[in-house]
Amino acid sequence: MSKPLLQIDNLQTSFATAQGLVRAVDGISLAIHKGQTFALLGESGCGKSMTALSVMRLLPEPAGRITGGSIRLNGDDLLQLPEVAMRQVRGKRIAMIFQEPMTSLNPVLTIGQQIGECVLQQGAAHSKRRVLELLEAVGIPDPAQRYNEYPHQLSGGMKQRIMIAMALAGEPDLLIADEPTTALDVTIQAQVLDLMRRLQQDMGMAILLITHDLGVVAEMADRVAVMYAGQIVEEAERDAFFARPQHPYAQKLFASLPDMEKRGERLAIIPGHVPSLATRFTGCRFVERCDQAMDVCHHEVPVWMAGEAGSGVRCHRYDTRYAAQFTTKQTAQAAPSQTRQQAMEGKTPLLTVEGLKVHFPIHKGLLRRVVNHVKAVDDVSMAIPERHTLALVGESGCGKTTAGKSILQLVKPTAGRVRFQDVELSALSAAQLRPHRSDIQIIFQDPFSSMNPRMMIMDIIEEGMITQGIGGDARARARRVDELLEQVGLSAEVKHRYPHEFSGGQRQRICIARALAVEPKLIVCDEPTSALDVSVQAQILNLLKDLQDELGLAYLFITHDLSVVEYLAHEVAVMYLGRIVEQGSVQAVMENPLHPYTRALLAAVPVIETSADGSERSIVSVQGEMPSPINPPSGCHFHPRCEQAMAECAQAYPPTSQMDDGHRVRCYLYESG
Amino acid sequence: MSWLRRHPALSVFIMMLAVVVAGMWLLPVKPVLLWTDALVYLLIITLVSFFTYVRSREHLLSPWRQVVRRPLAAMAMVVLAAYVSVGLLDSIHFRKALPLQDGATQVDYSVEVLSLLDVLAGPLRKQLEKTYSAPLAAHLFTKELVEQADGSIIRGYPRLEYGGRHLRDPAAQRTADILQRAALALGQGLLLWLVLSSLWLAWLARRHHCSFPDFTRQMIVGQTQIPWRVILATLGVLVLLLMIILQLGVAYHLLGTDKVGNDVLYLSIKSIRTGLVIGTLTTLIMLPFAVLLGIMAGHFRGWVDDVIQYIYTTLNSIPGVLLIAAAILSVDLFISNNQALFETVVERADIRLLFLCIILGITSWTGLCRLLRGETLKLRELDYIQAATAFGVSNAKIISRHILPNVMHIVLISVVLDFSGLVLAEAVLSYVGVGVDPSMASWGNMINSARLEMAREPVVWWSLVAAFWFMFILVLAANVFSDAVRDAFDPRVSG
Repeated sequence: MSKPLLQIDNLQTSFATAQGLVRAVDGISLAIHKGQTFALLGESGCGKSMTALSVMRLLPEPAGRITGGSIRLNGDDLLQLPEVAMRQVRGKRIAMIFQEPMTSLNPVLTIGQQIGECVLQQGAAHSKRRVLELLEAVGIPDPAQRYNEYPHQLSGGMKQRIMIAMALAGEPDLLIADEPTTALDVTIQAQVLDLMRRLQQDMGMAILLITHDLGVVAEMADRVAVMYAGQIVEEAERDAFFARPQHPYAQKLFASLPDMEKRGERLAIIPGHVPSLATRFTGCRFVERCDQAMDVCHHEVPVWMAGEAGSGVRCHRYDTRYAAQFTTKQTAQAAPSQTRQQAMEGKTPLLTVEGLKVHFPIHKGLLRRVVNHVKAVDDVSMAIPERHTLALVGESGCGKTTAGKSILQLVKPTAGRVRFQDVELSALSAAQLRPHRSDIQIIFQDPFSSMNPRMMIMDIIEEGMITQGIGGDARARARRVDELLEQVGLSAEVKHRYPHEFSGGQRQRICIARALAVEPKLIVCDEPTSALDVSVQAQILNLLKDLQDELGLAYLFITHDLSVVEYLAHEVAVMYLGRIVEQGSVQAVMENPLHPYTRALLAAVPVIETSADGSERSIVSVQGEMPSPINPPSGCHFHPRCEQAMAECAQAYPPTSQMDDGHRVRCYLYESG
Repeated sequence: MSWLRRHPALSVFIMMLAVVVAGMWLLPVKPVLLWTDALVYLLIITLVSFFTYVRSREHLLSPWRQVVRRPLAAMAMVVLAAYVSVGLLDSIHFRKALPLQDGATQVDYSVEVLSLLDVLAGPLRKQLEKTYSAPLAAHLFTKELVEQADGSIIRGYPRLEYGGRHLRDPAAQRTADILQRAALALGQGLLLWLVLSSLWLAWLARRHHCSFPDFTRQMIVGQTQIPWRVILATLGVLVLLLMIILQLGVAYHLLGTDKVGNDVLYLSIKSIRTGLVIGTLTTLIMLPFAVLLGIMAGHFRGWVDDVIQYIYTTLNSIPGVLLIAAAILSVDLFISNNQALFETVVERADIRLLFLCIILGITSWTGLCRLLRGETLKLRELDYIQAATAFGVSNAKIISRHILPNVMHIVLISVVLDFSGLVLAEAVLSYVGVGVDPSMASWGNMINSARLEMAREPVVWWSLVAAFWFMFILVLAANVFSDAVRDAFDPRVSG
């Protein structure tokens, strides 16, 4: 095998914090070869970004320091280089792209100026030509015009392309991509991943891909290393890894991914959370959360067990000395396949939404005249029966959150009717609405902003009960709070603490308890798991499912994550630019998607292929990006991006077509008669 | 009484109050409650209850702990505490009973309103000279016709009535006497400081369950969490200054005298209350406007927002000094037309001070209001406010439970930052002539009267310098303190 391009040996990076020395990266070794994509996989806080910053030597000094090891790029030890020489390495030999394209560009410089800065000093005329080449290379349409535009004129996906163009300007040998698509929508993610793969083939550079998404790893990587608590616990070729993950942590990660096949089962969960990196470990770092742990795991730090072709795993199970002990203990699958009762058909709907519209006026000029409207939600109808979960799926900006909020009357609908049981909520005044508030509750996406940081958990949960006059006197309420906390899997003692003392998953549980306190019949879940790690997401999904079985709740589940939909929902409604384009039972929509947009959405999701045939899956991705809801395209909103568009698509919005399997779609392809 | 033990600060305050009330009742005096006094007491009660509330809540207490642990901030707090205690002593007013006239049954009270500070600083207040005298001088600053012992009259510098009175031959004895007294003050100060600080350390050591020598060693090498070393050192400097004032201030005019022979040191000390009252009461007056209107504008938006924005934009575009001058002049007119309402000169001056605070408050609330409006606009979109709305929580509750506690850090930061600006504003306004009553001691008045003498040769510099240093130290301490408060409370700084 040739000499590796990047060779990291026993890298150690630590941070001085108030809690003591945090060893964010604790002895990492890896090698990346030319033209290879190496994926570093791990949950938040495991030290993967710190590894990247260490390679770039961009650690926030003086708090962060590399305390040991070596990083060699083509044989040069980067840690020995003076800062001046390091500046020659950054951008020219190693380039980096970041997660957040919105904040990575300077808003007051044009695109051309920003990329121009990265192009070698070769004279203005030459540099402009080079910038245009780069823009062309990253698939920006009409580069000559974009050259003089400012970042705010571009969409998120475009900005990430610009970031990639800037990274490519120095023709680097190694590109470090730190969660390059996490902030992007799934169709845009597919485009950007496609672009990165194409560029890698053209330029032959190596990519260090840092991600938490197993799907992205499956699509992109040649080799995979799994990080946990500052160490690599497993490294393998992509196909070997996906066929047979070795480390219990990696196995659990796979088991906790929701999908269609696991419907009706509980997801495997990884209990607890990543240990603080400020502690001194005397055993395996994963031992507290591992269901296969033995005595030896507590007392002895596992060593790196190298396998064939540079793969390896850090676990006592694969240590010949201890392997015998493990054979007795089978991998106990924590999935008692408890079949959920399938939802019964033909019940009276709990919530009916008819022709819901939410238009936000745009004011302009001195007199603040209304010049136009943002049609965030434009004619949405749906019905949710009891004990049902309706998933509202769409990309960011399609109006799904606004739809959820207007059902709760947090945003007043412009037109249309929202009926809960027999009460028409949209016709009530704020005061009349108050007694009906307890029927519908909401759980938010961001567990960090959804609780008042100055209130104790007890007060937070109690607030709704007091307002709604539920739960009796103070003592009865206190008992009820205890019950609720235990119901969501927390101990009752936590009620005298403040929100900042809890992790994201725990906070989300508290938010669920708060919603349950007023005994709602329907809960609007607005992306409740998208800010959480995979293992924590599984815990929350299990909890939501259990609560539905126990309490008979109905959910309106707003999400962009199709695997969650497959796992949890009974019905799906796909939204595009304020309108529902396809709606039906989850089996019908997922297995037989009809609308071209639904198809594109499903195709864009990175898929984990367990079959090790090694063939590249061709991604049928949709081109372009979602237009602005201020000026939606005429006719079918999707037609400018649709490959099957016909002449009539631009004329008028297609009517609803009812299909045989009970699912409805709005597309001229299926117009009956 | 167990709760008293739990809140030592509160119990000390109550005890002090009881002593003062008992003293007023027992001694032949008539308490006088000035408007500003009442407001100062109100402010103190608010502060004490606020800190009692904070003490029991860890998440509210921890930023304050961070403030106290910064050495510079601790030093500033000691200095501020010294200023505040002087100001408080000067906020307890009364009128002494006059000796009973023959046959009168009704006790009459003097028209002179005194404060506790006036009584404590008795000699300073009473030792009036004829006119200017330099610091520590034994002679007047101006030549006059002096009658000699032999009856001849020459033009020379007459001896002061009080300053250096004990000296037989000032020219020969003065320097030695001053040095001797200074040395004595130094010795006494050191002794007093040692006694005080060892008592304090002993108490602290007992509280920390730690032996006295151990704790002292920790303190000296600076290992204690609260920087006691710095606090005690600052305290030492203050004690020394106090002793020097006691030793030299009584026998001489430590900072000289002004045009009408008042002791400049006494005036500077009396000005402390004026400065503090303007710095704090103005804030107290503006705070309800700023907080209520700012949050309402941000929370309700729509026409409420439009009206409130209109009000503060309009108010902001009127030149502040002009508005203050107009307000003060009309208050002046009111006072001179209604002399009968005010029993004493002090009460009249106090009303003017109060109105100055009010008008300063009215012109200065807009900044904070604007800040709070912006923050509320941001907060109201946060999920927890949305969740409260989804519960049907009323607007008043949302504002008081969810918004107000989460903008409190902004209020606190801006109040502390505004304080020093207001103290300086008083000086500027008094200089322009629309500040406090000319009869009231204030640094602005001192500077204003010293201004005319600046052109004189040799220059009369001491009034100006004294006012400058007193004000400078207060403002510097307040700025250092507010810096620490901002660092501790600003979420962007603490990260």
